[in-house]
Amino acid sequence: MKQDMSASIHKALKNQNLAGILDRWNYPATRAKAFEGIDFEALRTKIADIKGEAAGHLDELAETFKKNAEANGIKVFRANSAEAARQYIADLCKEKGVKKIVKSKSMATEEIHLNHFLDEFGIQSDETDLGEWICQLAHQTPSHMVMPALHLTKEEISDLFEEETKQPLDNDIQKLVKVARKAIREKFFEADMGISGANIAIAETGSIVICTNEGNARLVTTLPKVHVALVGLEKLVPHYTDAAPILAALPRNATSQLLTSYASFISAPTLNDDGSMKEVHIVLMDNNRTKMAQDPKFKEALQCIRCAACLNVCPVYRLVTGHVFGDIYTGGIGTILTAWFNELKSAEDIQALCIGCDKCKDICAAKIDIPGLILEIRHRAAEKEGLPFIYKTALEVINNRRVFHGMLRAASVLQKPFVKEGFIRHLPMFLSGLSEYRSLPSVAPVPFRDLFKTIKQPKCDEKAVFYAGCALDFVYPDAGVAIVKILNKAGIEVLFPEEQSCCGIPHWGSGSFDMAADAAERNILPLLEGDPKYIVVSCASCTTALKKEWAKILKEQHRETLIPKANEVSSRTYMFTELVDKLIKEKRLTPKEGIELHTLTYHDSCHAKRHVGIYKEPRAALSAAGYEIKEMNECDTCCGMGGSYTIKQPEISMQMLKRKLENIEATGAEFVSAECPGCLIQLRGGLDKTGSKIKAIHPAELMVDKFK
Amino acid sequence: MFENFKARAEASGNTEVKRFATTKEALGFIEEFLAKEEVKDEPGSYAVWAKSPILSQFDNKAMAEKFPGLHFEVTKELAKGAKVGITQLKWGLAETGSMAQDSTDIEQRLASALAWIHVAILPTSKIIADIPALMTKMHPKNDKYITLITGASKTADIERVLAIGVHGPERLVIVCVDDLELEGVQS
Repeated sequence: MKQDMSASIHKALKNQNLAGILDRWNYPATRAKAFEGIDFEALRTKIADIKGEAAGHLDELAETFKKNAEANGIKVFRANSAEAARQYIADLCKEKGVKKIVKSKSMATEEIHLNHFLDEFGIQSDETDLGEWICQLAHQTPSHMVMPALHLTKEEISDLFEEETKQPLDNDIQKLVKVARKAIREKFFEADMGISGANIAIAETGSIVICTNEGNARLVTTLPKVHVALVGLEKLVPHYTDAAPILAALPRNATSQLLTSYASFISAPTLNDDGSMKEVHIVLMDNNRTKMAQDPKFKEALQCIRCAACLNVCPVYRLVTGHVFGDIYTGGIGTILTAWFNELKSAEDIQALCIGCDKCKDICAAKIDIPGLILEIRHRAAEKEGLPFIYKTALEVINNRRVFHGMLRAASVLQKPFVKEGFIRHLPMFLSGLSEYRSLPSVAPVPFRDLFKTIKQPKCDEKAVFYAGCALDFVYPDAGVAIVKILNKAGIEVLFPEEQSCCGIPHWGSGSFDMAADAAERNILPLLEGDPKYIVVSCASCTTALKKEWAKILKEQHRETLIPKANEVSSRTYMFTELVDKLIKEKRLTPKEGIELHTLTYHDSCHAKRHVGIYKEPRAALSAAGYEIKEMNECDTCCGMGGSYTIKQPEISMQMLKRKLENIEATGAEFVSAECPGCLIQLRGGLDKTGSKIKAIHPAELMVDKFK
Repeated sequence: MFENFKARAEASGNTEVKRFATTKEALGFIEEFLAKEEVKDEPGSYAVWAKSPILSQFDNKAMAEKFPGLHFEVTKELAKGAKVGITQLKWGLAETGSMAQDSTDIEQRLASALAWIHVAILPTSKIIADIPALMTKMHPKNDKYITLITGASKTADIERVLAIGVHGPERLVIVCVDDLELEGVQS
């Protein structure tokens, strides 16, 4: 990561204005209300189908649009590049003698830096969307796709307005809005041209659809005698009726509204009030969209309807905001769009901010796998430029079981002078930064793979292979022992193939797909030895690897021969609490009666909740085992661990942990549990550092003595 | 349908929904409203009433004499300083509390977009379910500029605090009239 990126992250984290605003909004609750009675899954599937199909026929749709809009009297220009779009508009201004322009919100015009370009010809462009106007006065780019000036405080805005209107103002928001109304209103009447964007372009009717809450788009398209709409090709849909699902999802997902105050369908020029005919121009802009549509992976991103829900839920965006996390198009989807419409180079820096928690994927109105595409940017960058030497070496070491395990064993000895109560204390100075905000766990003196041999198990007909994962094996071996004991109670004998090694998630997450496939290949056959009924995993990330990623990565890397076996592994894999829940329901595990009730709060690991959809089962199992669950706020928001993220983005990781710890403390529970050793390392270390009484503990250890 | 429409419209911000059995009662309400808002022939205090089918239901000249400052023609300049803008809407949407305007005629847009208060007349019988239902009634082929209006003009661009009336009306008064269509008025 570049130095200036670190500096801007540091600066953004100091300014928590936007984060505070988004928190006070309580987006999840207001959004849920807006979607009452609506099947979101069905709605977004419909949108993904319509827009996905459209992305496959951009050229054809553009031609149909042009033909139909021109038949209605609109002039349509197809601009292949940003330059062509800018030049067309500049030429039109020259032809019409345009000196003043009013604009309603348009990301496409920002994409091509239109205002700046027209400025060079002495043409003044005034933004009329309040947020955009504020950004214009502040000479800044938007920080949020829907609410562009969210990063500025009312005090800062008041200062900007004072400077613009040359009158003293106070900081009352209602009054500031009235000041803006007055200042902007004259501009609508003075302008020679109105420029807008479009939310939807309908090929069948040659119409554009524009949504605003302020009503400025209606004035921009009504008062000046010339209207120009700059429309990205990805806004095209084939049919009039295709606009309905988009209008149903966009405002609900964007601002928790049922519909924006105004949604206009403009299909032809109309008469001005003096009886003359308005001139309407639509510039259909490509600027790499066609190329993107031809890319089998990135085509999906053209489905985006720009609701910005991905920003509202992103735990990283909420901390660093759009000026760090993207430039014009911000946040998760912004990273992808920036890579194609603006600059791949800057997107390569931005992509490192994604922690891969998948919150945005869950909420996307167009079903875009945003984290998957960001990972693809990472993958392509890694292929093109290679990973940094140290990082690559580390990944290679992890993939070599003998060397990696040997190093961990050595570490358990070398760390001894620094270890106290399971944490590494008083690290030498040059390493102390690592434990600045959370204590580091020590490597266990005896790994699970050695402890396993000492456990006396009953002989049972039913067998389960235990896949421990590196962290549980070497950091939390006691959880592994607890798992064996619990499964034994259900009449299941546990097997532990020695050859098992890293699941490959660290490699996958860094974009090194070949190394991830190597990891899959090394594990698959050993796990099927002895024909186990179950393969039990007690780490959410490893569960994801076994259940989903191994078959996928082998296919991706064209290593087809092992795929049937990978599917075999997948079908037998259970996350530990998922299996316990099943065994309790089958009455093979019976909770003890009359045990003392303890309280716990459950942290959903991103991989468990969103990659493999396991969140009900751990709660059911822990409740049955006698725990009262006190849910925390944002229980499924990432704790900031994210594998190497904690090392690469320590400042962001720390802030995420801080929020998480506050939410945990607020429950007043005795324990916090998570079925992911990574999350436990982060939570336990954080709680230790803050001196909390709450203990972070693996579900197996909580349940080990709770069954008959 | 009406109850849903009313509930959703009134939840959309600074919107009141009134219902009248007859056009006569509705016109009575509008007269009272103009009096209450002190409509007079002064900048910022007058009213514009865009071309609407309901205009054929009463003596416009008498009404204009009663309220100096009530205009039945709408220009850019007049709309700019209007306190009240009156238009008749085509359809109501129960699901979102929206109304559909055929704003092909610029008067409809000017009166409903520039005045401080938008009075929207809607035949109660024209309230339908949602946008897909509307799409079977209004088509870009016939209506060159369609606007769906939901509540007053608003913004949350400063610190996400809701502020009403940024560029358009800060108040929306919807007057639903039960017999408007029954009397043979085409809307």
